[in-house]
Amino acid sequence: MEFFLISLLNSLSYGLLLFMLSSGLTLIFSMMGVLNFAHASFYMLGAYLAYSISGVAGYWFAFFIAPLLVGVAGVLVERYGLRAVHKYGHVAELLYTFGLSYLMLEAVQLIWGRSAVPYGIPEMLQGSLFTLYTTTFPKYQAFMMLVSVLTLLALYLALTRTRVGLIIQASLSHPEMVESLGHNVPRVFMLVFGGGCALAGLAGVIGGNAFVTEPGMAEMLGTIIFVVVVAGGMGSLMGALLASLLIGVIQTFAVAIDLSLLDGLSAMGLGTSPGVFGHSVLSVTLSEVAPMLPYALLVLVLIFRPRGLLGKRES
Amino acid sequence: MSTHYLTRNRFASRPSSRMLFIWLGFAAVLMLAPQILTSSLILSHLTQMGIGMVLALSYNVLLGQSGMLSFGHAAFSGLGAFASVHVMNLAGDGLLWLPLPLIPIAGALTGLGFAALIGYVITRTSGVTFAMITLGIGQMVYASSLMFPAFFGGEGGVSADRVYGDPWFEWDFGPQIQVYYLVAAWLFICVAAMFYMTRTPLGRLLNGVRDNEERIAFVGFNPHLLRYMALMISGLFAGIGGALMAINFEIATDEVLSLHESGAVLLFTFIGGTATFIGPMLGAIIGVLLTKFLPDYTAGWQMYLGLVFVLVVVYAPGGISSLIKPSLDVLRQTVSQRRYASFLGLVLSAFMLLAGTIILVELMYHRASGAAGSLPLFGVALDHHGPVPWVVGTVILLGGMLTIKPAGRLLFERLSIGESAHQGGKQ
Repeated sequence: MEFFLISLLNSLSYGLLLFMLSSGLTLIFSMMGVLNFAHASFYMLGAYLAYSISGVAGYWFAFFIAPLLVGVAGVLVERYGLRAVHKYGHVAELLYTFGLSYLMLEAVQLIWGRSAVPYGIPEMLQGSLFTLYTTTFPKYQAFMMLVSVLTLLALYLALTRTRVGLIIQASLSHPEMVESLGHNVPRVFMLVFGGGCALAGLAGVIGGNAFVTEPGMAEMLGTIIFVVVVAGGMGSLMGALLASLLIGVIQTFAVAIDLSLLDGLSAMGLGTSPGVFGHSVLSVTLSEVAPMLPYALLVLVLIFRPRGLLGKRES
Repeated sequence: MSTHYLTRNRFASRPSSRMLFIWLGFAAVLMLAPQILTSSLILSHLTQMGIGMVLALSYNVLLGQSGMLSFGHAAFSGLGAFASVHVMNLAGDGLLWLPLPLIPIAGALTGLGFAALIGYVITRTSGVTFAMITLGIGQMVYASSLMFPAFFGGEGGVSADRVYGDPWFEWDFGPQIQVYYLVAAWLFICVAAMFYMTRTPLGRLLNGVRDNEERIAFVGFNPHLLRYMALMISGLFAGIGGALMAINFEIATDEVLSLHESGAVLLFTFIGGTATFIGPMLGAIIGVLLTKFLPDYTAGWQMYLGLVFVLVVVYAPGGISSLIKPSLDVLRQTVSQRRYASFLGLVLSAFMLLAGTIILVELMYHRASGAAGSLPLFGVALDHHGPVPWVVGTVILLGGMLTIKPAGRLLFERLSIGESAHQGGKQ
C-alpha cells in the first residue's frame, strides 16, 4: 500500500510535468499542423535560463522571467524561421524544428558547458511536506504539482472563457473565416507558438531542479512528449492529459516492479532454466522493459486507433 | 502531371549509350579514387562515404520517392549490422558457409525481413502519423537492445573478425583498401538496382503515391501496399548498408540503432537533396565531410552541421543538388553576357556571410573551451578577450546578410533571368 501510494504520487507529478510540456506542443500542432521537434529544447532553455537568473536575482524572479524569455524566443523562431518554411509544407516545418533542436543544443552547450549545472531547489521549498507510512513526500514535488495544475487551469479558462481564447479556437477550425472577420491569424499563430514555448519554459523552470539540468535533458523528454501528443490524439488537450498521466503511471510503476514473465510462469510451476530457447526473453523484468513501454504504447495506439486516444480527426 | 510526363520522356529518350557512359564513369571513379587519394585517413573516409551513400539512397526510396518521412531508419540498418556481425562470427567458427563478400546478403535479408514483419501495419498511414510510428518503432528497437544482451551484447556491443575462411583471389579483406573495394562493389550494385527501380512501373507508382495518393487509388492500385513495398525495398538496402558498416568497423553497438543514427541519415539525405537520384549520394559525401573530416579542424562542427541543415530547409528545400543546375546557369549567363561585376558582388557578399559566420562561431567555441591564448584562424591571431574580433566578425556577417539579397537581385536583373531561378543565393 505504501509503495502504491508513493508511486501514484510520483507518477502524478511526473505526468503533470509531461502534460505541461505536451499541452503547448499539442496546441501548436492543432493550430499550425507543426509537430515542433524543438519543443523539449525550449524546456531545456527554460531550465538553464532559470538557473542563470536565479543565481543573480533569486528563484522567484526567475520563476516569472525565464518562461517569458523562452516565450519571446519562441515568437522569434516562429516569426523569422518557421513562417518562411511554411510554404513548403508540414514536412519541411518538421525538418526545420528538427534542425533547430540541434542548433539549440549546441548553443546551450556553448553558453553553459557540456556538463550539468548546479540548479538547486530554493530553500523555502526544501524538506518534506508529510510522511506517508515511512516514506517522506518532498515539498518541492507538491509545489510542482500545484504549479502545473494552476497553470493548466488558467490555460483551460483562458481558452474557453476569454475572447482571446475564442479567437484562438476559431483560428483552429476556420482560419479563413477568422481572417475575414479582421483578425490577424498569422499573429495569433505566432502568439500561440510563443505561448506554447513559454509553457515548456515554465516546465523547465520547475522540472530542471527537480531532475538534472544538463544538455541531455531535452533528448530525454523530447521523444516522450511526442508519444504523449500523438498517443493522446493530436490536437486534443484532454487526450494529452490522459496520455501524460498514463505514461507517468506506466513508467513510474514499471521501473519499480522487478518481476518477469518467467517469475509468473515459475509461480505456476512452468519454470525454465537458462539454455532453454526463449529463456532470455522470458527472464526480462518489467523494470528493464520500462524505457520501451511508452513507445510500445505509441505504436499500438497508432496501429489500432490512428487518431489517438481522444483525437477527433486522423493525421 | 504534364511535367512528370515530360520528365519521363526526357529520360526515356536519353540514349542508352550515354547511360552506359555514365555507369562506366561511375565505376571508374570508384576504382580510381583510392589510387589517387592514397592516405589511409582518406581511404577510411571514402569507405564511410560509400556506406553512407547506400544508406542515404535506401532512405530516399522512402522520403524522396514515396514521400514517407521516417525517423526509424536506423532500426533496419542497425538490425542488419547486428545480424551480419553474428553471421560473421558463425561463419568464422565454421558453423555456416558464407564468405565475407556475401555477408551483406545476410544484412539485406534481415532488413527486408524486419520491414516485412512490421511494415504492413505501419504503412497504412502516411505523413506525420507515419513519421511518428517510425519514431516509436526505432526507439523500441533501440530500447530493446539493452534488454536482450544475448543478441545485442549489452553496452559493449558485439564484435567480429572479418578475416576468416579462405581468401578470395588472395584477398582476405584485412587491409582497409580491400574493404573499400568490397564496399565499392556493393555500392555499385545497390546504386544500379535502386536507379533502375525508379524506372520501373513500381518506381513510377511510388512517385504517384507521393504526389497524389487518391488518384493512384482511383487508377486501381492500393497505396497501402505500394508503401509497404517501398518500405521493404528501403529496408533491404538499409540492411546492406548496415552489413557494410559491420564489416568496416567489425563491431555493432547499440549506437547504430539510436535516434542519432536515424537523424543523421535524414539530415544528410535532405541536405543532399531528395528530388534527384544523385542528391542522397552527394548528401553522404557532405555528411562524411561534416562529421568525420571537419571535427579534426574545429570543435564547432555540430553547429555548422545544424546551420547547413536549417539553411537548406529554409532556402533550398530541394537540397544542395537542386542548386547545381541554377548555379551553373547563372555562371554560364554571367560569362556569356559579361556581367562579371555584379556576379563578383554576389560572390563577395556570400563570402562575407560565410567568413562572418566562421569567425563568430570559432570565437564562441574558442571562448567556451576556456583557452587562454588567442585563436589562430586562417593565419590571423584573434584575441577573444577583446571586443575587436567580435565586432569585426559581426560587421562582416551583417554586411553579408544585408547585401546578399540586393546583390542577387541586381545580378538577376542584369542577366534578365526570371525570378524563378532566384534560388541561387548560396552560402
